[in-house]
Amino acid sequence: MTNTWMDIKNANVILVMGGNAAEAHPVGFKWVVEAKAHNKAKLIVVDPRFTRTASVADYYAPIRSGTDIAFLNGVIRYILEKGQVQHEYVKAYTNASFIVREDFKFEDGLFSGYNEKEHKYDKTSWAYELDDKGMAKVDETLQNPRCVINLLKHHVERYTPEMVSSITGTPQKQFLEICEMLAATSAPDRTLTSLYALGWTQHSIGAQNIRALAMLQLLLGNIGMPGGGVNALRGHSNIQGLSDLGLMSDLLPGYMTMPKDEDLDRATYLDKRTPKLLRPGQMNYFANYPKFFVSLMKAWYGPAATKDNDFAYDWMPKLDKVYDGLRVFDLMHEGKINGYFCQGFNPLASFPNKNKLSESLSKLKYLVVMDPLATETSEFWKNHGESNDVDASKIQTEVFRLPTTLFAEEEGSLVNSSRWLQWHWKGADAPGECRTDVAIMSDLFLKLREMYKKEGGAFPDPILNLHWPYHDAEEATPEELAKEYNGKALADIMDPNDKTKVLIKAGQQLSSFAQLADDGTTSCGTWIFCGSWTEAGNQMARRDTADPSGLGIAPNWAWAWPANRRILYNRASCDPSGKPWDAKRKLIGWDGTKWGGYDVPDFKADIPPGDAMNPFIMTNEGVGRLFALDKMAEGPFPEHYEPFENPLGTNPLHPKVVSNPAARVFDKDREHFGTNAEFPYVGTTYRLTEHFHFWTKHSKINASLQPEQFVEVGEALAQEKGIANGDRVIVRSKRGYIKAVAVVTKRIKALDVAGKRVHQIGVPIHWGFTGAARQGFLANTLTPFVGDANTQTPEFKSFLVNIEKDTDGKVPAVPEATASATMKTADAGDVDLGRRGWLFGRKRKEEV
Amino acid sequence: MALQSLDIWRRSATTTPSPQQREPIEVAKLIDVTKCIGCKACQSACQEWNDVREEIGVNVGTYQNPHDLTANSWTLMRFAEIEENGNLEWLIRKDGCMHCADPGCLKACPSPGAIIQYKNGIVDFAEENCIGCGYCIKGCPFNIPRLSEKDNKVYKCTLCSDRVSVGLEPACIKACPTQALVFGSKDDMKDHAAERIAELKERGFENAGLYDPQGVGGTHVMYVLHHADKPELYNGLAKDPQINPMVSIWKGITKPLALMAMAGAILGGFFHYIGIGPNEVEEDEEEEKA
Repeated sequence: MTNTWMDIKNANVILVMGGNAAEAHPVGFKWVVEAKAHNKAKLIVVDPRFTRTASVADYYAPIRSGTDIAFLNGVIRYILEKGQVQHEYVKAYTNASFIVREDFKFEDGLFSGYNEKEHKYDKTSWAYELDDKGMAKVDETLQNPRCVINLLKHHVERYTPEMVSSITGTPQKQFLEICEMLAATSAPDRTLTSLYALGWTQHSIGAQNIRALAMLQLLLGNIGMPGGGVNALRGHSNIQGLSDLGLMSDLLPGYMTMPKDEDLDRATYLDKRTPKLLRPGQMNYFANYPKFFVSLMKAWYGPAATKDNDFAYDWMPKLDKVYDGLRVFDLMHEGKINGYFCQGFNPLASFPNKNKLSESLSKLKYLVVMDPLATETSEFWKNHGESNDVDASKIQTEVFRLPTTLFAEEEGSLVNSSRWLQWHWKGADAPGECRTDVAIMSDLFLKLREMYKKEGGAFPDPILNLHWPYHDAEEATPEELAKEYNGKALADIMDPNDKTKVLIKAGQQLSSFAQLADDGTTSCGTWIFCGSWTEAGNQMARRDTADPSGLGIAPNWAWAWPANRRILYNRASCDPSGKPWDAKRKLIGWDGTKWGGYDVPDFKADIPPGDAMNPFIMTNEGVGRLFALDKMAEGPFPEHYEPFENPLGTNPLHPKVVSNPAARVFDKDREHFGTNAEFPYVGTTYRLTEHFHFWTKHSKINASLQPEQFVEVGEALAQEKGIANGDRVIVRSKRGYIKAVAVVTKRIKALDVAGKRVHQIGVPIHWGFTGAARQGFLANTLTPFVGDANTQTPEFKSFLVNIEKDTDGKVPAVPEATASATMKTADAGDVDLGRRGWLFGRKRKEEV
Repeated sequence: MALQSLDIWRRSATTTPSPQQREPIEVAKLIDVTKCIGCKACQSACQEWNDVREEIGVNVGTYQNPHDLTANSWTLMRFAEIEENGNLEWLIRKDGCMHCADPGCLKACPSPGAIIQYKNGIVDFAEENCIGCGYCIKGCPFNIPRLSEKDNKVYKCTLCSDRVSVGLEPACIKACPTQALVFGSKDDMKDHAAERIAELKERGFENAGLYDPQGVGGTHVMYVLHHADKPELYNGLAKDPQINPMVSIWKGITKPLALMAMAGAILGGFFHYIGIGPNEVEEDEEEEKA
């Protein structure tokens, strides 16, 4: 989130599109309810289904899954045409006036530089015109036809209300009414907030869905404003922390990136990643990249990382390509991966095309599953009847299941969607012989280090030299790790304003990432977390609810990255002269000598209003980007591309380029894509409030609230197919089938799309073959193996299916958890993993 | 909420006067269906706190699970899809005991002290006194109490009387993420409802209103409805609930007779015991039960 959960209460208009906040984020949704109750906010929901969020919305419009960009580009066209943009903001704080290179083009669905063979772009032309000092050229009169704003106008020209309605299936009248409500937030004293989640990310054009919204928010002047922003509602507890700590194959902590094969030394690596200033007088905070990076290396390698060895740069793995989940399973499928460690993850259920995943896992020599629950992945080899019909005798993979503690059985911090690091304490001891993930990983590391020590090996240095300063080498405490992420001084740090004064003594915790150095005198495990555990103690454990501004800032509640800043880009909540756009939303201000206020200013504190420095200090040009330069894989402007499986078989805008030309797709998976002739209906998967992914089906209470797998079918389609409410049905895609109960509903309507009648079928995901709920089919049996071009997030939200009545369907059984999920261990008794969800719910009472 | 004395106002089939010394305030739960997102946290919290577990059921074509109230599910989200003039609404209502001021269940109950009405308005079942006759089910104008097959006793929402007595809100209130459920004195709840209704009217729900049906003397569970003129849209919420006239007849004439008959049976048992001694259980009968 650019803003926070609490900040939603400040919004005037709330757009829930690409998400279902009431359903998937019921607790945070209280702030939407609050905005409605006390800020007269209007809630708009745009979704293929009339959802639980829609049930409390002021306005609902249906949309065909996978066409959000067409919708949003249409809104952008509308506000540009009507002139309903926040003009002053757009001129001062966006790259609207920047001049783009002459050779940048968009024709027939492709941007300039496309390489058809490699399915990717050469992005050289996606850049500004530079002057002889290397600065971007601008035309503040916006007259130059190569100005970003003019190119944008031209780009969205095709998205007329007629075209939008034809592509999306949203009736034109409803589309225009929504345009009007959104456009009204261009007034400086009105804001729109956008809440989205996997409904936008899980598409082959996922990242561009979000780009389109971000551009709209820039044009409306809603970024940096209380009650505005682009707000990703994170689905897993601590998935935000996972991203922050860089647990993606190509990321390092704090959104630094992994070195690649060609980055032969530290200088080359840093040079490529340290952005050059593109406009005079800007801050360009990422210019500090070398400080963040060297401090990270000092955290990882301690005294072994020195100037002489390039701060251990050679010990870093270098990527030849991105090893995202889809790639890893594809390699596994090719037999190129021997072993897989699966930690806090149930990939058999969570990546697309379950049958391919199952085949892939079957080719491993070993699989290690660390999880509190008996996941489907850990039993992929076992026959569970029709829902997992495998022959165990033909699968040689050796599976190790290591029971771990649950979040409530350990202490530590979780990062929520608002970027708050909130410390939590252990609620109960774990049952059986569960261990923390840290303990398991530590054991593995210590064993490996011992083996390297004894036996040598091809490249022992990275393991032998790893800094391991923990009191108990076998299990670092959460406190030790949190302090390491925050970072400490390795030499005295002097006050920059008074060089004779020591600001921080060697060995002390740092209080700000501004103190980080690139000479090896600071160590910091995650630069954006710097400030979370200072000499003043654990800032994440703070629990002061005081909110002096009344704007939902509560600066002393937990700690937010970066720098305890609650609303990102908040300098943009004031005009260039420093006056808030809306006096009622005053977050920060200039007191004559420095910026200050209720929130931590997202700006250089001593730069006065009126200076050339602009609010977007993480970009090289200081402004928000309507034109994304080379940052996106498939183009600097969002363009409507159809899902890889779509009901039209074409793209009404450019038939030659139907789907995202740069998406993550492997050639051999293309033959497993279905056509609309065979599979005429749009399938979409999603979550329900009663369950959390594949966990809570292990808990008896949750299971009782939503006990059995179902799919949602609109009344019109049900009638066509002779399906009655409660009938058992089979839903098929090119890749497999699931069986479920049909919930026939008024909440999914057939849509008129490009002259065709399109039906959509809803497929909730929560059932599987282990747990306390009735046995079901993993929903990803249906989904295609294709991902977003930037994030590689699979396209779970839009694919093709067919449906038929299952005339001899039977009520599935409740799996016998104890029989299937008991793990024999060498030196202890049986650990009943299958009952853990139940145990957790009951435990306290049994102990009393 | 402050601590609440659980002074008893009335008990089923009992004539002993109730204590008068204290005058606890009337409490109420307000269910604002216009803020409710149907998440079922209340259903879950109810099972947790009251230590009951619903069976793993089946899906019969609805989000509503279980499909009806049971002896283990004392509250239930009921889902209704209503489409009028092309306008679709998904009306979700938390169903459960309404804690009537004039409780039909209590009036109908023949077992002394099995149903209790506290002075604060809560209507509670004391299952240890329940004889499983099911009259309370017939007496309830909202069709709430459910007979357990396991112990042949009737169960329903207690408004968490155990929590309320120590100054806590009912478990469902605590769990509700959107504050669609609130709890306090009945007067405060009516004030809060009035604010909500004004806001809803401003949004165009002309018929928004409070559901506090007078046919049962008002209730201690009330609803804010967007369509207070048509409560039946909310999965059959009774428009003008009344205690079944049979209950009044029962109360006036039949109940004293039945009580006499029961007393007769007890006396009969007593004389049986005095005259013949205790009944011996045959050995094989016990084995059968085991």
